[in-house]
Amino acid sequence: MSDWLIYRTFLDLTVTGLALGAIYALVALGYTLVYGVLRLINFAHSEIFMVGTFATLITATNFIGIPLLEEGNYPYRTGFTLVAILLACIVGGMVVSGAGAVLLERVAYRPLRGSGEHVGAVVLAFTTAFTVSLVFSETTRTNVIIGLIGTAPIAVLYLRIFRRGRQAPRLAFLISAIGASTAIAEAVAIWSPRDREQYQTARVLEKKVLFEFLGTDVRIDYVLVVIGALLMMTALVLFVNRTRLGRGVRAVAQDVETAKILGVNVDFVILITFLLGGVMAGAAAMMFTLVYDQTRFNIGFLLGVKSFTAAVLGGIGNLRGALLGGFVLGLGENYGAAIFGGEWKDVIAFILLLVVLMFRPTGILGESLAKARV
Amino acid sequence: MADTVLSVDNVTMQFGGVTALSDVTFGIMRGEILGLIGPNGAGKTTCFNVITGVYTATSGAVTFDEQPLAGLKRFQITKRGIARTFQNIRLFPDMTAIENVMVGVDVNHKTSVGGALIGSRRHHREEREGRDKAMELLTFMGIADRAGDAARNLPYGYQRRLEIARALATKPKLLCLDEPAAGFTPAEKQELMDLIRRIRAQGYTVLLIEHDMSLVMGVTDRIVVLDFGKIIATGSPAEVQNNPDVIAAYLGVPDDAA
Repeated sequence: MSDWLIYRTFLDLTVTGLALGAIYALVALGYTLVYGVLRLINFAHSEIFMVGTFATLITATNFIGIPLLEEGNYPYRTGFTLVAILLACIVGGMVVSGAGAVLLERVAYRPLRGSGEHVGAVVLAFTTAFTVSLVFSETTRTNVIIGLIGTAPIAVLYLRIFRRGRQAPRLAFLISAIGASTAIAEAVAIWSPRDREQYQTARVLEKKVLFEFLGTDVRIDYVLVVIGALLMMTALVLFVNRTRLGRGVRAVAQDVETAKILGVNVDFVILITFLLGGVMAGAAAMMFTLVYDQTRFNIGFLLGVKSFTAAVLGGIGNLRGALLGGFVLGLGENYGAAIFGGEWKDVIAFILLLVVLMFRPTGILGESLAKARV
Repeated sequence: MADTVLSVDNVTMQFGGVTALSDVTFGIMRGEILGLIGPNGAGKTTCFNVITGVYTATSGAVTFDEQPLAGLKRFQITKRGIARTFQNIRLFPDMTAIENVMVGVDVNHKTSVGGALIGSRRHHREEREGRDKAMELLTFMGIADRAGDAARNLPYGYQRRLEIARALATKPKLLCLDEPAAGFTPAEKQELMDLIRRIRAQGYTVLLIEHDMSLVMGVTDRIVVLDFGKIIATGSPAEVQNNPDVIAAYLGVPDDAA
């Protein structure tokens, strides 16, 4: 390989690495926010991202009418129409992921904190009855009816199990997280039209080369992803540092008890934290489908683990850390894959994490959402 | 004396087999400075925690502004108008002094989530007003010169005052100070006494827990004395000072007197 070729490859890898890193960084923000406020690793966050990819897809196909890739050619739009389509897709992803994250908090975590267990009990009761009904009947309508009938008695049972005002042990949160994660992924697997297969999504944007940079072609989708991610992150940082709610989030992150005494509604702040993380994941999901044109029920798993790695790498609980960790991981993975071969990509990502944690156990920028000032 | 702001009625607080408060009854009048004193372990802080909703009393009731506090969450109690400081300072260490105060000011703000997200005009106005209000309080407490410093970097005396400023920011009808003079030199205590008087002059009602007798005697209107979870005396500083039960509780009863 000539020097020139190595140089070209290096630049190519940098561009794709930055785009991948931007997506990791956006998802990592969700892990970091929740960890900063609750000291909890929200392992179901990856599925919030996955749900976002499907929301983007459904927005594009069902609402805008763009065909799936395999169904034929789509006359690409340009100008304002394109901008409107892109905005609709990202909003679809953000709304669904945001709502999903809020629901997750209400159902899987809040009852364990000893408050608001009624909503959790009702939703869990419905899913329990629904799941049991799958054994007896295969038609969805019957399942839903059985689920609804079963809800009330099972909810009463659950409410007896959740004792009001008791904080569950930390392990319970982790188990709940893993359970919620599996439940969401499997539910999507059952409901998605292709079941467990890889799913080609609609291509919204023609992947034209936008400009040439030092001899490397830079594609438009990569540019959009990096710019979009940076804008989202700036907005988040401004929100956390400049608004009343952001101040509440930082107050709870630093000292929950004192925040309560000062009149901060901690449950509400936690809800907002989940909402923000979900919205970021939804945006990341739209960007992911923009670049990769595909999704699947378990697409969240590896991406979630990688984003979590990015959050830890940068310093979990630290907003700037998530950003840095995302880009370091995206670039490192790409360069590593080029040197050692594509099959080593994931190995390299996790070795990178191990190496950083050996020398800096709290990540590159250190922990604490509280200190995240930009 | 005016009306009662807070009344504690027959409150008993038990932790397992330990009775920290037993049948405690007292009231605080609007505009007064009430001292709550007693030897170590007498139940002062427990009493404070019951009033501010950290603990729920085993029996008895706490009534604030003619409404019972039972069943309210802590942030709701703060919204009703009870503010407190802590014996061991609990600031938000990584926020600046002014931000610490603004967290308190935020209680009374009305901007919705949506408003904050899109940066509505109302949100901007409330942020600006909040900042002004916070600065005013810092000035009142005499610590405005370090408003932009992280709370963790402030000197001890500043941190104590910042905590009081933050509590005042919630516009409380009752301000509870838990040993505000802990770790102060006599000169600083003197300053603190002046400060508490000035706070009252602004129209606040103050409940003061204090270990230091000279401070309590100098600044309070009335004193409630706790010992082993029971009230052993109530009255003006002069009355309490000469009460034999109080003297015995503080100095111990000589063997030959028993």
